[in-house]
Amino acid sequence: MSATSASSEIRDQAQEEARCQYVLRLADTSLVLGQRLAEWIGHAPALEEDLALANLSLDLIGQARLLLTYAGELEGRGRDEDALAFMRDAPQFMNLALAEQPNGDFGNTIVRQWLIDSWQLEVYGALAHSADTRLAAIAAKAIRETRYHYRFSSGWLVRLGDGTAESHERVQRALDALWRFTPELFEPDEIDQRMNRAGIGPALPELAARWSARVERDLSEATLTRPATGPYPWHGKRGVHTEHLGHLLGEMQHLQRTYPGARW
Amino acid sequence: MYTQALDTHGKDAAAGATEGDAHATRFQARVDAEEKVEPKDWMPEAYRQTLIRQISQHAHSEIVGMLPEGNWITRAPTLKRKAVLIAKVQDEGGHGMYLYSAAETLGIARAQMLEQLLSGAAKYSSIFNYPTLTWADVGAIGWLVDGAAIMNQIPICRCSYGPYARAMVRICKEESFHQRQGFEIMLTLTQGSHAQREMAQDALNRWWWPSLMMFGPSDADSKHTAQSMRWKIKRFSNDELRQKFIDITVPQAHFLGLTIPDNELHWDEATQHYRVGPIDWSEFYAVLKGNGPCNRERLEARQRAHESGRWVREAAAAHAERARNRSNPAQVAGEAA
Amino acid sequence: MSEADWPLFEVFIRSRSGLEHKHVGSLHAADARMAIEHARDVYTRRQEGVSLWVVRSADIIASDPEEADALFEPARDKVYRHPTFYEIPDEVKNL
Repeated sequence: MSATSASSEIRDQAQEEARCQYVLRLADTSLVLGQRLAEWIGHAPALEEDLALANLSLDLIGQARLLLTYAGELEGRGRDEDALAFMRDAPQFMNLALAEQPNGDFGNTIVRQWLIDSWQLEVYGALAHSADTRLAAIAAKAIRETRYHYRFSSGWLVRLGDGTAESHERVQRALDALWRFTPELFEPDEIDQRMNRAGIGPALPELAARWSARVERDLSEATLTRPATGPYPWHGKRGVHTEHLGHLLGEMQHLQRTYPGARW
Repeated sequence: MYTQALDTHGKDAAAGATEGDAHATRFQARVDAEEKVEPKDWMPEAYRQTLIRQISQHAHSEIVGMLPEGNWITRAPTLKRKAVLIAKVQDEGGHGMYLYSAAETLGIARAQMLEQLLSGAAKYSSIFNYPTLTWADVGAIGWLVDGAAIMNQIPICRCSYGPYARAMVRICKEESFHQRQGFEIMLTLTQGSHAQREMAQDALNRWWWPSLMMFGPSDADSKHTAQSMRWKIKRFSNDELRQKFIDITVPQAHFLGLTIPDNELHWDEATQHYRVGPIDWSEFYAVLKGNGPCNRERLEARQRAHESGRWVREAAAAHAERARNRSNPAQVAGEAA
Repeated sequence: MSEADWPLFEVFIRSRSGLEHKHVGSLHAADARMAIEHARDVYTRRQEGVSLWVVRSADIIASDPEEADALFEPARDKVYRHPTFYEIPDEVKNL
């Protein structure tokens, strides 16, 4: 084998690994967020919101299943959606750190949801035109769901931000607490850049401006103040998480871990 | 199923219609002719009150029923099972909504019904006061509890009160996958490892008798049953429905290779029915009174959700009011004058 | 509006184009936008592409069943509105 074909093989393998990681990031963000929303079911402020949150959770888990299945195929080690969801440990999860933050009160959940919904609007919107046709198909389906999710979360952001003094205070506090996880949303790393060069993924800085404008508009309507961006960057998409993910996974993975190899 | 003939313990007399009352006679004739009674039709006050109680209890049961299964959503063992369970619990919430909506047509507000539930004044089906201790419980609930529910609900699709009957038709259509889902979970477990088979048997041991109790005590002990039957609110007796459930379910348990926890269970060749041992009705009444394993937890969960969500509901109302004022200052000024 | 007073809305759904909207039930919501979302979440969980109407229950004006005689009885006398009044010879088809 010549030197050039060997190095191009290595490059291709690196490219395939990057693509697998890239898909896992999307999958894990949807899975972890879907799991968080599922915790609300039966405990929401009104019966109608129980149904709405369950609906969002179902959509996100559905996205996760499609993306995990694809990631497993790309990985080529025979892992299906459940093997990936239930048998990886926290450092192997590639979700945005924002997604794993606890629910807190309804206001906190809405702020977290709104931030990720507006992010997914940009990312899925771009991925619907991906050179990777499988990813494009998944994104095209997901963006329809995301539009509805965004309508729900932004609607509530405004109702709570511009509601009572108490609701305003609660969501402003939530926003102040969660804002520090947002730099990760649009800061590209080598994987994002590889995917962009291959026409598979978008250039994140381009999406950032649109996201920022939308966020400004929503915050203004909600009479909320945009917090300052702090210095510490979070690296959930590189497997460096907060303490919360371990507990979330402990609960989620319990049965499969306790009965290894069982069929459910 | 969630109706459970709980009104046998209500204080309202079933006999509200006085003989010789022209309205009452015409009303009964319509009911006898299988005509539907609609919200603004004349109806005996006792008919209205019986329905309000029955429909709201049914609605409360659906809502509280979200909790035992909801307990396992975050721990479902596969993503598919998680998704199916979320959909099922979501359906139950939706069913509660259809039923609250039907009850409201009779002149009671949702807020009132919620207050009755949270204060402990209203009853809901006893079955939801039992804990879900293992994943197999989720299967058992789908198989047994939803199975019993279907038995009760199908006749109510022909109930005389239009909105209730229509809600039940909608509910029954959506219910079909619930029982299948539960049975399929049990089947997977009994075909699995030894530990999984034991898990399934243990769940059946704990859910069998409470499921039989869901149908309520024998109608021989109830003077209200006769009136409810005449008004076509109730179409079959508790005993009839319970027997039907037993006859259908016992063979299913045999198919699964599970043992019904009843030494006296036997096939009665003469009557062509399965006969069960004595039901411990003292447990039933204790649970109804609030002394079941989970009554406190279930009620507290609903109270907490309601209390901690108060600021959210207030905010939404305040925002809507402000938006209304902004768009219609003249009208608002006129109303305030 | 107090927190207990999310108003009641009636929900109408057209499940397929070509059909009419049917009344399916009611729900509570604080505002119209929420009402549509709730209607979608509660009443269209298994369907796509439906048309939803939500109307505040208080805005609906209904006929009074007690007045059924006055409102509807006259039509019953006037049978000439019904095709059965006209006798058509058997030889004439499709009428």
